[in-house]
Amino acid sequence: MTEPILQTVGLSIRFGGVEAVRGVNLCLAERELRCLIGPNGAGKSTLFKLLTGQLQPTAGRILFHGEDITGDHTHAIARRGIGIKTQVPNLFDSLTVRDHLWLAARRTNSRPRADAITDEIIERVGLGAIAGGMVGRLSHGLRQWVELGTVLAGNPELILLDEPAAGMTHDEVARTAELVREINRTHALIVVEHDMQFVRMIARTVTVMHQGAVLVEDTMDQILKNSAVRDIYLGKHGGA
Amino acid sequence: MKLRRVSPGIVATAAVMVAVGLGVPLVVDQFQLLQLTVFASMCILALSLGVVWGYGGILCFGQSAFFGLGAYTYAVTAVNLAESTLAILLSIVVPAVFAALLGYFMFYGRLSDVYLGVITLSVTLIFFNLMNSTAGDAYRIGTARLNGFNGMPSLPTFNVPGNPGRLLDPTETFYLVMALLLSVYVGLHALLASHFGRVVVAVRENETRCELLGYDVRLHKLLVFTLGGAIAGLAGSLFANWGAFVSPNVFSLSTTSQIIIWVIVGGLGTLVGPIIGCVLMQYLATELGTQQLANTSLMFGIIFLAFVLLVPRGIVPSLGVVRARLSAVRARPPA
Ligand SMILES: Nc1ncnc2c1ncn2[C@@H]1O[C@H](COP(=O)(O)OP(=O)(O)OP(=O)(O)O)[C@@H](O)[C@H]1O
Ligand SMILES: [Mg+2]
Repeated sequence: MTEPILQTVGLSIRFGGVEAVRGVNLCLAERELRCLIGPNGAGKSTLFKLLTGQLQPTAGRILFHGEDITGDHTHAIARRGIGIKTQVPNLFDSLTVRDHLWLAARRTNSRPRADAITDEIIERVGLGAIAGGMVGRLSHGLRQWVELGTVLAGNPELILLDEPAAGMTHDEVARTAELVREINRTHALIVVEHDMQFVRMIARTVTVMHQGAVLVEDTMDQILKNSAVRDIYLGKHGGA
Repeated sequence: MKLRRVSPGIVATAAVMVAVGLGVPLVVDQFQLLQLTVFASMCILALSLGVVWGYGGILCFGQSAFFGLGAYTYAVTAVNLAESTLAILLSIVVPAVFAALLGYFMFYGRLSDVYLGVITLSVTLIFFNLMNSTAGDAYRIGTARLNGFNGMPSLPTFNVPGNPGRLLDPTETFYLVMALLLSVYVGLHALLASHFGRVVVAVRENETRCELLGYDVRLHKLLVFTLGGAIAGLAGSLFANWGAFVSPNVFSLSTTSQIIIWVIVGGLGTLVGPIIGCVLMQYLATELGTQQLANTSLMFGIIFLAFVLLVPRGIVPSLGVVRARLSAVRARPPA
């Protein structure tokens, strides 16, 4: 077996009395597409913040291509090749869509190359109609796509998507799923999502988190049959 | 690749500067020329805060610290060397180095915006008190006596580089100051259009996103803050040269609040805004000063309040909004 692209060992973080992430051991292969699900407050977004250095773990380690990146600065981790679309999009509100993509592409590319990548992503994510518009005025669904496009323009090896389909119509969700599958041909991804239809469209291996810890990790079919998973979702996501 | 166009606004502003720079000495008297020289010098100071605050998003309440440091650096060096060239250069370098050290402490220490404001303001007031207490023969650097609150009079003014005997006359000084203003204005616009400048603006908009894209936010803030310090220092040397005099007043609360008012009145997030705000407010201050109609500080306070409450975005951005509304109305098809 080849070396995993990402591995966490006993990763934990405690906020006062709450252990938001508890001893998470995650192993992601190159070009793997992993879905991460779990009820509200399970610790999914917190785990992403740990992986991107926005939070420092109270215990455990993070290895990227076998190298320890625990405690590295957020920008240094991004430079190694981890990109993220955050749950609440982080965008530059007074800049245009085009500016976003260009800034992401330009960090590692020459000016003409960054211009070309910007055009390419606008085409690929379907942002043509809003490319010149200020991002602050866009709807949540469109902001999601702008941020997704921005992450793609930076071309990180590993892409983390936190609820990429939130605020989208059914058709938009389907398009996003298609895009995720397409991205997965060249990139490893971890996708957090509550929308089970969306998860079903893209999922192979699914990791379920509950109260900060990994409850189970299996194929989508097995997860759907799992009674423990059904129990934690009952009431809230009865349809899952 | 697309040709990157220079905005017509920048070209127009630069053209006005060239016209003023070349034309004004022909039509005004000596007194007015001196007035305009100090106006233009202060415009450079306004630009320094305009870029740090308006583009870098760094709330600096103590831009006068670098201005004053530049003025004193010029004074001390020029007195010691009796030659202005190195003094001018040092008046840029010393404040820049100081800004870099201060900025390193603030940005790498991850201080929040409010603390940034408090610290920068404190720093300039510390300089103010420090320089005020340098009266007496003990406080001298080389042959330059600092003279406490009395300040340093009869400073050597600018000379032709390498020729200390050949001083610049008021017209030549005006040309020089206008050329520097033009260079700073155009240079800053070029910088803002560059990759670095665009990241600086992005940092202002969302630091987290910049970090997540792999840009070092602290470094970008540090660099733009240092650049602001350098430009303010240059303005300081122009100011010291203008009156052949420097006093601790360069560090005072009223100096630092004036710079902030210029930027707020003219408009954050533009470069022409701080220039317009600076010229307008200085003109007003001179008029009020000569006519003795009202207390200048009081008027400034009222104008400041009026702008914060009524035109919070400043003159230039508000004009932009008005223009956009007008063109929207014009573009609307007739009913
Ligand atoms: N900065 C913080 N300080 C204190 N507690 C926090 C902090 N960030 C997260 N938490 C807590 O950690 C737990 C996990 O939160 P997290 O946002 O990771 O959940 P999530 O799985 O992403 O949920 P959701 O599906 O609602 O987005 C929650 O109980 C939350 O209240
Ligand atoms: Mg979350």
